[in-house]
Amino acid sequence: MAHIPLAATRSVTGIPAGRLAMWWVLASEIVIFGGLLASYVMLRLQHPDWGDEASHTSTVAGAFNTFVLLTSSLFAVLGHRAAEHGDGPRAARFLWMTVGGGAVFMLVKAFEYTFEITHGFTLFRSVFWSFYFAATGLHGLHVVAGMVAMGLVAVGARRGECLHRVELVGIYWHFVDVVWIFLFPLLYLAK
Amino acid sequence: MSDTGHSATAGPGAVARAHPNYVMVWAILLALLVVSILGPMIGIFWVTLITAFVVAVIKALMVAAYFMHLNVERTYIKYLLFTILILMLVLFAGVAPDVMKRAGKNWEHVPATPGAVEPPRH
Repeated sequence: MAHIPLAATRSVTGIPAGRLAMWWVLASEIVIFGGLLASYVMLRLQHPDWGDEASHTSTVAGAFNTFVLLTSSLFAVLGHRAAEHGDGPRAARFLWMTVGGGAVFMLVKAFEYTFEITHGFTLFRSVFWSFYFAATGLHGLHVVAGMVAMGLVAVGARRGECLHRVELVGIYWHFVDVVWIFLFPLLYLAK
Repeated sequence: MSDTGHSATAGPGAVARAHPNYVMVWAILLALLVVSILGPMIGIFWVTLITAFVVAVIKALMVAAYFMHLNVERTYIKYLLFTILILMLVLFAGVAPDVMKRAGKNWEHVPATPGAVEPPRH
């Protein structure tokens, strides 16, 4: 007989333990990305010349990746709705589509990095490019982590197991989307 | 959803939620994305500021409200996020004067010069 931890069944706050934990994770993530972006904004306001550096980032690639992440977020929330209706296989399909969106995002990012680095825009070229690679790299790591977690949840969801995890991994993915929504104007549009 | 008002999957404490039209939300987000791309092309500072950054805030709030279901989430979570955002503001307000101001009362920001030798410490 499977043992169910007490923490997974009680709910003092009225919020399921898993979802509460996920929001606490995101609260800590806000500090990580918030600190990075706040530092960037402070320095960016002091250095209008960073606009020249930013002019070398590809607005088209950034916009396309925004479209990809917004669409993958749609798939994630549709997966959540399917899971709430008890349809595990359908939820799993949407999760895999979300993973696909993450893969396309990383592929575009890889092409961007390749173009930028081969044209001399490396991590140590200037403070702007240090911020650019730190912020997009950290975000990219979160995308990859989300893809792995979503794949694991999808395997279980296909068998109808632990369907509540579909919502949890979805909340994480939407947060990654929100971070990119702020990175896009800061690094690609403000030129 | 179950008849008890709990989600079929979320376990105890979960509250039943009505799902909005997610495709409509996604379409609005894409429309806002187009606005944020076209705005800076006009080349006016304030237009860029509004279309790029104000629209970004609106997009983020829409994702949080409808996709992350923050609009129907318990108040506890909203307080949690609000507290974290206030802490971020405190961080910004505490550090920004040192970074952004060139001088203040009894102090001056002296940028490091390449090759400068640090004075010996006693």
